[in-house]
Amino acid sequence: MTDTITMQVSRYRPEQETRPTVQEYEVPLRPDWAVLDGLNHIKDHQDGTLSYRWSCRMGICGSCGMTVNGEPKLTCAAFLTDYEPGPVRVEPLSNFPVIRDLVVEIGDFLRKLPKVLPWIVRDTEKPTSEGEYLQTPEEQDAYKQYSMCINCMLCYSACPVYGLDPHFIGPAVIALAQRYNLDSRDQGAADRLDLLTHPDGVWGCTFVGECTRACPKGVDPAGAIQRYKLTAAMQSIKAFLLPRGSR
Amino acid sequence: MSGPPVYTEFHPRWYRKRMGTLWWVHRPSYLLFALRELSCVFVAWFVIFLLLLIHAVGTGKRDYERFLDWAANPWVIAVNIITLLFVVLHAVTWFNLAPKAIVVRTRGSRVPSSFVAGTNYLAWAVVSVVLAWLVLRT
Amino acid sequence: MSRRRVEPILWLLFSAGGMAAALLVPMLVFLFGVAFPLGWISAPSHGHLLALARNPATAIVLFGLCVLALFHWAHRFRYTLYDGLQIKHLNGLINVCCYGGAVAGSVVAGIVVFSIP
Repeated sequence: MTDTITMQVSRYRPEQETRPTVQEYEVPLRPDWAVLDGLNHIKDHQDGTLSYRWSCRMGICGSCGMTVNGEPKLTCAAFLTDYEPGPVRVEPLSNFPVIRDLVVEIGDFLRKLPKVLPWIVRDTEKPTSEGEYLQTPEEQDAYKQYSMCINCMLCYSACPVYGLDPHFIGPAVIALAQRYNLDSRDQGAADRLDLLTHPDGVWGCTFVGECTRACPKGVDPAGAIQRYKLTAAMQSIKAFLLPRGSR
Repeated sequence: MSGPPVYTEFHPRWYRKRMGTLWWVHRPSYLLFALRELSCVFVAWFVIFLLLLIHAVGTGKRDYERFLDWAANPWVIAVNIITLLFVVLHAVTWFNLAPKAIVVRTRGSRVPSSFVAGTNYLAWAVVSVVLAWLVLRT
Repeated sequence: MSRRRVEPILWLLFSAGGMAAALLVPMLVFLFGVAFPLGWISAPSHGHLLALARNPATAIVLFGLCVLALFHWAHRFRYTLYDGLQIKHLNGLINVCCYGGAVAGSVVAGIVVFSIP
């Protein structure tokens, strides 16, 4: 096994260039090192000007998403030895504007997320004296998978529909809406309907399925979206067949 | 944050990469997706072919024979072989993906999607056999 | 009819068409497009097919298949044009060509299938 591996890192310094360039670095190839450790090594020992986001380094914060050898990955979860003998190409997360080096602008996602009301919406709140909202294991199972989302946006990076048209609300937002729609404690499905049934909502999805492939937490956003399409279509039929008054 | 961005020292120019027209060629999964979507064109071609067949049958025996001769033309056969490949691709991808939209829960746990896909394939086999029998019996 | 209300119906037609096409079309293409023309299996007699076409049940199934398959094509092709050729701004024209085509095709299918003497 060789000692080092080459990392080809995309650099973009808007004050001196108009498009990204690639800079190569040699980093030690340690068996327990992830791509993120390689980047940290570069920043600590070779080139302090490299900019990138990271935090927990254990796959739960969702900060370190980047494109590694063409695939969207959490750099803390992609190991250098998986790319032996290299080189490892590290680029910023695709489908987002690049601010600098490996840092992308995520404002679009952050503005879309609250619009889908990603919290428990109730018509009536129980007073605390009446105790907690109880939920059976089966009821929790209904939405648990969709609650695993860490907002890492790898799914947006993988989704060609979002890449072609950023107005599409995107996989994670729909999966999170489903997480609440399917939660037995939630009563807000009707409030989320408008945004989700917008042409740029679920109907924009053509079920490419790349989002599910890219998701590091097994959320299966593609499945969530298709389920919601069926739900919304059934709702539409019911609305059509039942006169307004009796709904 | 509406309107065109004003770039300053503290808001530098962001780099936005445009997706090329051939974005779907660069990854195998994208290519499979593109082919799957293109299969709809061959489904539409089959509808045309089917209507031509039915029209010939309805018109008379000679027209039916003329249709069969036309269908035996090398280029028509070539198109139909390609059509067959594409509609099989459509069927396989459809049966594998359709279960994602339908979640069946029995006794508290979710029926695995492979089971639903399995029933789809079974239905496909049964329907195909029935069709062949209807057409081929004398 | 606002776009919001029409999209779910178009999606349902697309899904029904996809399922119908997936179940019925492969065997039909194999028989009439490949096996009979290549002589692998001898083609059925005209009388037999005519009897089949006249049968109201098969006529309805064939008509249903044509209509659903055409709407399946229309919906999928529309999105292929959006994503493939990136011509989403020609929205109106695309919708008219795709769904209009499906409607026209359905009318033709109805005439062909139900006017068998």
